Amino acid sequence: MKTSRFAPILSLLVAVAAIQLLTLATGREFYLTQLTMAAYYSLVAVGLCLLMGFAGQISMGHAGFFAIGGYTSAVLTTLNLASHKDAVLVEWLAKLGILTARQDLYGSQILSVHPWAACVLAVLLALAVAWAIGIPVLKLKGHYLAMATLGFGTIIYSIVLGTEHFGAADGISSVPPFPLLPGGVGVGGGSSQRVINYYFAWLLVVAAMVLLVNLINSRVGRALRSIHGAEDAANAMGVDTSQYKLFTFMLSAALAAIAGVFLTHFNGGIGPSEASIMKSIRYVSIVAVGGMGSIWGTLIMSTVLNFFSLRGYFGTYDDAVFGGILIVIMLFAPDGIIGSDLRRMLRKLVKQT
Amino acid sequence: MIELFFQYLVAGLTYGTIYAIVGIGFNIIYNTTGIINFAQGEFVMLGGMTAVSLQAFLPLPLAIFGAVLVTMIIGGLIEMTFIRWLVKPSVLRMIIITIGISILIREAALAIWGEGVRSLPYFTGNEISALSFGGVRVSPQVLWSLGFCSIVVLSLNLFFKYTMLGREMRACAANREAAALCGIPTKNMVTLSFVLSAGIGALAGCVVSPITYTQYNIGTGLAIKGFTVAILGGLGNSMAAVAAGFILGVLESFSIWVLPTAYKDTISISILLAMLFIRPSGLFGNREAMRLKDF
Repeated sequence: MKTSRFAPILSLLVAVAAIQLLTLATGREFYLTQLTMAAYYSLVAVGLCLLMGFAGQISMGHAGFFAIGGYTSAVLTTLNLASHKDAVLVEWLAKLGILTARQDLYGSQILSVHPWAACVLAVLLALAVAWAIGIPVLKLKGHYLAMATLGFGTIIYSIVLGTEHFGAADGISSVPPFPLLPGGVGVGGGSSQRVINYYFAWLLVVAAMVLLVNLINSRVGRALRSIHGAEDAANAMGVDTSQYKLFTFMLSAALAAIAGVFLTHFNGGIGPSEASIMKSIRYVSIVAVGGMGSIWGTLIMSTVLNFFSLRGYFGTYDDAVFGGILIVIMLFAPDGIIGSDLRRMLRKLVKQT
Repeated sequence: MIELFFQYLVAGLTYGTIYAIVGIGFNIIYNTTGIINFAQGEFVMLGGMTAVSLQAFLPLPLAIFGAVLVTMIIGGLIEMTFIRWLVKPSVLRMIIITIGISILIREAALAIWGEGVRSLPYFTGNEISALSFGGVRVSPQVLWSLGFCSIVVLSLNLFFKYTMLGREMRACAANREAAALCGIPTKNMVTLSFVLSAGIGALAGCVVSPITYTQYNIGTGLAIKGFTVAILGGLGNSMAAVAAGFILGVLESFSIWVLPTAYKDTISISILLAMLFIRPSGLFGNREAMRLKDF
């Protein structure tokens, strides 16, 4: 049991390394940029997969949590406190080591919140919002749940789009890199750090997968599946369904926020389109294609589709492709194309060899 | 001051009519199928856009008639291709399919009409012509849209109450299996409900187009507003949706007094969320009856 649970994780690690070597060998290292971004988007998708596929709760506002993470981080790390240097609060923050000084493009001093502190704050904020929204929203079912989460996403989008501090339609740019190791190695920082960024993003994904795989095969996972199957029955058996649903909602929100933080640092900025409804629907469609309730299927489809989309293979039909995918999958293969049949076949194949 | 108050009121009522019509569209389909059609707002957009295109070579009334007809056909085709043959689909599946449909319609509209903002000419007069009611200036188009919407609501009411077809649809809504046993072709009733709600959506889209303008992406916003209205009135209750539409339109219009315009949409969504949390059966709905419904 133990070996089979972690065999996919090992294969994922091998695949990540193999792809990097392949791009190196074929001289197409620029693919790594899109693969890194795809990894961050996949983080949102697998979190949503846990929520939709296992707990059975649809969320059409997950781009909202991504945006909460990204925008919090972007605002805090670009906020210049240099002119308020002598204020008591700023002094205190500086003493605690939360603030960091750097120079901008034109050489002027910028005193802003350290990216690590901003990241923690961003995730905490996303968790708090998920908690506050989740308690009333998760009591709803079906259409009501879908519309309520869609409403949440729309509110975040219109706040981001309508607020001057968030850069309105332009978004926030010149977000500094996220320092990982001493010596200027970090998330972001241009094409020279492409490889390290690629590995960092995928290690995050691997960590998330380890967490999710363990969660699914634990008491929590069984409880979630019982909620998906028959919530009333689960309740009657003594499963605290609302608690589990809230926990899953907050976990997936945190994953989305983390993805938002790092993608913002990687790109050096964030725009309101990251919070749009279409982005939320895109995550839902990726979970649908990957097969509701298959985090591996979701991860594979998310990587492939996001990579193609970011490389611009879908051209102006980008949104239409995702809409079409949604319809076709839901009409003909509601369990996803990497559904149970294919998985059973693969498992057989692995056993024979 | 008092004039300004009435000015906002009139603006609110104008938007309220279109929200009410979208809400009624939701209700018609919900009643016969038990599903919420997330592509409802797209029908309004299609109606307005098609009418603008037809108006280039047809007189205005004919263009509107043609646009409504085209949208009705599209509505029927959508039902027949995507929904008719599904056997007991789950709610989650239906939600995702109708969302997919709305995206496809929107992208098709973008490909056909582009990103430009379009509008029909005013039915009578032009942008600056106004009737004056004791200092309050009202565009004749507002009266047109109020009139059209009252006619739609009235005739729908008569249709459901007094015609055989309308009664069959209501039977289908009350109990689908029993209706089938009585020989009512329930599947055709579902198609008809899509055709009907596409038709009234398109008509509303044409009538308000001179005032509110039409763009390829107005559908999602309208769908959320329409759904808010449907919930406010109580899901499935078309007459209450009219009242709820006016309430929402007026509230939204007056919100400009205290909040920046950019946040106008958040008002209606906050109302929607509050209603869903506190009283999902709606302002005029019955809590006990709601519990029995499948949603």
